[in-house]
Amino acid sequence: MSGLIKSSLARKYVMALSGLFLVIFLVLHVTINLASVISPDFFNEASHFMGYNPLVQFLMQPILIAGVIVHFVMGFVLEIQNKRARGISYVKFQGSANAPWVSRNMIYSGLVVLAFLGLHFYDFWIHEMAYKYVEVNPEDPTRYYAETVEKFAPIWRTVLYVISFVLLSLHLWHGFASSFQSMGVNNKYTPGIKKFAQAFAVVVPLAFAFIAIYHHLNPITH
Amino acid sequence: MKIYLKIWRQKDANSKGGMVDYTMDGVESDMSFLEMLDVLNEELVAKGEEPVEFDHDCREGICGTCSLMINGRPHGPDSRITVCQLHMRSFNDGDTIVIEPWRAKAFPVIKDLIVDRTAFDRIQQAGGYISVNTSGLPVDANAIPIEKDAADASFNAATCIGCGACVAACKNASAMLFTSAKVSQFALLPQGQVEAADRVMNMVRQMDLEGFGNCTNTGACEVECPKGISLENIARMNREYLSATIKG
Amino acid sequence: MAVLESKVPSGPLADKWTKHKNEIDLVNPANKRNIDIIVVGTGLAGGSAAATLAELGYNVKTFCYQDSPRRAHSIAAQGGVNAAKNYQGDGDSVYRLFYDTVKGGDYRSREANVYRLAEVSTNIIDQCVAQGVPFAREYGGLLDNRSFGGVLVSRTFYAKGQTGQQLLLGAYAAMNRQIHRGKIKSYTRHEMLDVVLVDGKARGIIARNLVTGEIERHAGHAVVLATGGYGNLFFLSTYAMGANVMAAWKAHKKGAHFANPCFTQIHPTCIPVSGDHQSKLTLMSESLRNDGRIWVPAKKEDAEAIRAGQLKPTEIKEEDRDYYLERRYPAFGNLVPRDVASRAAKERCDAGYGVNKTGEAVYLDFDAAIMRYGREKALTSGMKNPDDATVRKLGEEVVEAKYGNLFQMYEKIVDQNPYKTPMMIYPAVHYTMGGLWVDYNLMTTIPGCYAAGEANFSDHGANRLGASALMQGLADGYFVLPYTIGDYLSDDIRTGPISPDSPEFDEAEQNVRDRIHKLMSANGIHSVDYYHKKLGKIMWNKCGMARNAKDLKEAIKEISELRKDFWENVKVTGKAEAKNQELEKAGRVADFLELGELFAMDALHRNESCGGHFREEYQTPEGEALRDDKNFKYVASWEYKGDPSKSELHKEDLVYENIEVKTRSYK
Repeated sequence: MSGLIKSSLARKYVMALSGLFLVIFLVLHVTINLASVISPDFFNEASHFMGYNPLVQFLMQPILIAGVIVHFVMGFVLEIQNKRARGISYVKFQGSANAPWVSRNMIYSGLVVLAFLGLHFYDFWIHEMAYKYVEVNPEDPTRYYAETVEKFAPIWRTVLYVISFVLLSLHLWHGFASSFQSMGVNNKYTPGIKKFAQAFAVVVPLAFAFIAIYHHLNPITH
Repeated sequence: MKIYLKIWRQKDANSKGGMVDYTMDGVESDMSFLEMLDVLNEELVAKGEEPVEFDHDCREGICGTCSLMINGRPHGPDSRITVCQLHMRSFNDGDTIVIEPWRAKAFPVIKDLIVDRTAFDRIQQAGGYISVNTSGLPVDANAIPIEKDAADASFNAATCIGCGACVAACKNASAMLFTSAKVSQFALLPQGQVEAADRVMNMVRQMDLEGFGNCTNTGACEVECPKGISLENIARMNREYLSATIKG
Repeated sequence: MAVLESKVPSGPLADKWTKHKNEIDLVNPANKRNIDIIVVGTGLAGGSAAATLAELGYNVKTFCYQDSPRRAHSIAAQGGVNAAKNYQGDGDSVYRLFYDTVKGGDYRSREANVYRLAEVSTNIIDQCVAQGVPFAREYGGLLDNRSFGGVLVSRTFYAKGQTGQQLLLGAYAAMNRQIHRGKIKSYTRHEMLDVVLVDGKARGIIARNLVTGEIERHAGHAVVLATGGYGNLFFLSTYAMGANVMAAWKAHKKGAHFANPCFTQIHPTCIPVSGDHQSKLTLMSESLRNDGRIWVPAKKEDAEAIRAGQLKPTEIKEEDRDYYLERRYPAFGNLVPRDVASRAAKERCDAGYGVNKTGEAVYLDFDAAIMRYGREKALTSGMKNPDDATVRKLGEEVVEAKYGNLFQMYEKIVDQNPYKTPMMIYPAVHYTMGGLWVDYNLMTTIPGCYAAGEANFSDHGANRLGASALMQGLADGYFVLPYTIGDYLSDDIRTGPISPDSPEFDEAEQNVRDRIHKLMSANGIHSVDYYHKKLGKIMWNKCGMARNAKDLKEAIKEISELRKDFWENVKVTGKAEAKNQELEKAGRVADFLELGELFAMDALHRNESCGGHFREEYQTPEGEALRDDKNFKYVASWEYKGDPSKSELHKEDLVYENIEVKTRSYK
């Protein structure tokens, strides 16, 4: 396995597979989030299930965290190796002439998304962990909706979230389709896959942004 | 035309290099880019200065020797050509042209604009061949029919001239396009199937050892390749490698 | 004459090679491990020879001036490779290929060598396909052929317009396999500066590491020179910029005869010179003459107006055009052989009808072909009475499908659209049939020194047919030399390693160092290119497509004076102990300045016209070549005697037992 990681192609597979895994997670995430706009009750139920189902908590959540860590650690490793592979940089380099901005700046879009993940963890996950395991509060299947909406009350947080979703979109725009190429898929379906991946890269972050803005504009009035 | 040049000058592999400015008068639009440099060199020799060294040989776009980064693009602004096929009519009077060598850790500078590309040779030596003896084979050339599409695709991959523009263009200095072109040429032919797994493993291992970067699918290599080698080849190599790894 | 023993085996022509292979001595596999062979040049001949020799078990060292063996100029060959496979069932045979090659060479090549070439040609294709060379195929999956250069069968195998590249990459791959096994040690960016003789035998070379400038000694039991042709003598040619005669010339000065130096092929369809800055000429494939019509204005004033930019070719009326090939050679028209087409273009331009600003270009016009194809296409697509614009559009599509890449290349270089205005073309130096004299075993007159591919003289006579250069390079390298060399090396199995420390190596190295020192310290006023261009002008004007005694005598004098001037006034910048392209060029041009003189002497002595050698004094009243088989049916083999002017002529008579010697006519 360590031999596999030494190979540039294996690193490609790891990036692609972890990325694809995170894409699948995004689908789940955005689906549940959309529920918060449509049906607060369903949202509460789903969130409660996710928060207390042992399979989700002790198997899927660690896998997810591992996926995130692998993806970003590998991203860093690749970036460092790739910088080193150039050695001396060009005095003049017209990267824009032959490759789109998004593909050349995955590290920056990725870093913004990573920073966002920090905030997002602080906002929700740390809070959850404290609620459940530190303060050892009793289960409350109805608290999630209110907590979520409340988070989006401050404008700064909403703006930060929306900016992050834009960067997520850019990251997905290149990354999603690219992971197919990395796994060796490049055939007559490729143009279709590319279109789908790009549509995904727009629609999913847009949905996330919409939810954030919606909750900001529709605070719960007591 | 009057042209301002900024050219990387470096005495040898161990010296520190830097950009040097030159001004050229009377550049004709019919000149090829390399002929413009020839004229510059004649002027330098006349002044007793050392001419700018650059790699070039066939000057018809097939040997893959010429290798200049011109205004931040390998082989200059035009597409599907090598530097030797670039003409000065692609530039305007008063233009400033920045000329640099290929930049990659695996392509160390030898002198001025000349780099050492023997890393490419070593990748080929690691497995870029079919292990058949050259002396008097009994098998007739037409004994194994090959589907025309496969033969054509193999040919397209085989047109790589090994110039290194893919590495120069890639923000990661990755040699995947070059390596995958050779892997593909053989993978697409029945004759190449026998050793396919070993070939891709060995060539990729050597490619990594040489210190090339990783592929992040930006596609810059395909755009800048003077022969239009397609990214499909990289995907094919990824497949071949994956299946070789799984099969062990 | 003992020195020119061709060693052609006796017996019937068709059995000679097999018989020879059966009779020559071989080296057993265990002993091959103790024998070192040096191969200089890694093109088709050198690359394939190195790979095969290593595979047989010899220890091989290869040398090339390029940064990789893959970049040798064989890579630039476009059209294809001939082989008598008769896959098309059109009556091809080994004999027919042999016959075409001898006749095409105007009966100045050695019969037995050419027959062997035709015989092994079929193996080349088998070999290359097994190696993964992606030749063009038909839909049925079998190999495709095209016809070439006026022969009557379809025997040319090809890989689009990049056949040379694909074949060279095949040989390079075979080399790589042996490099990987440790049987070949490849020295790139190395230039051979001399061959070292020990007891009269070639035992090594002196080479310069072009990166560091170090002078190195390399010893071996035999030396193979596969260093290509010497067309860069003319400065402007379709050769690679670095192509040179150094290795062959150094061997010549050490005793290897140089044969038929004046036999040069000038290819009729190249892109013309555009100005003084020009460094290189680009070939447009011969295939274009299938559809293009060649013409110049019939009126001198029209030609002058075109040159002055006041008239466009499309404005010249049909009756004011001179389709001179169709006029002079009604039977073959635009498809006459290369030498004939080249001379005819020169004749028109010299008479003042040339068309570009230098006056040295003729038109290759596709208008008629476009309209003809367009009408055909309209007819087959069921259009009745299409207008001219539609016909033209359809025709352009057909022409694009056939020649698109060539048209694009032309447009890139000349910046004119060849669909709308005729192409301009002019002949350019493209191949040299002459080279080191070799016997049937490909050994030069120096024992242990071999020459293969374009570097030797043996197979193409006075004119080479299209798609035969690749065939010869690979035949020599894969199938001939690896076996014939065993005959010589079988005496060396007890010799042991050759020491590079002998006095002979000392002396050779010292000579090389002295010469470099002399070049570096001339500290004159003119660049190397200045002399190269001057030499090129003399060669082109006086030893080019048409030669005469007066010009040749002048050329001999001028070259000799230029050489003297060179050594006194050349300026080589930089240092000898470092990468130095000026020094590399200087060494090459110094050799050309010697070879040029011998070239002119050879052309002067050959009082006949044959193939690429056209002497104005020897032509028919209609201006056709007049061969003199009675007095010149021989190989002119020159021995060096201290100075090119003192070279001594030896003759190898050419005997044709299996072919009737006839006059070529294309009327």
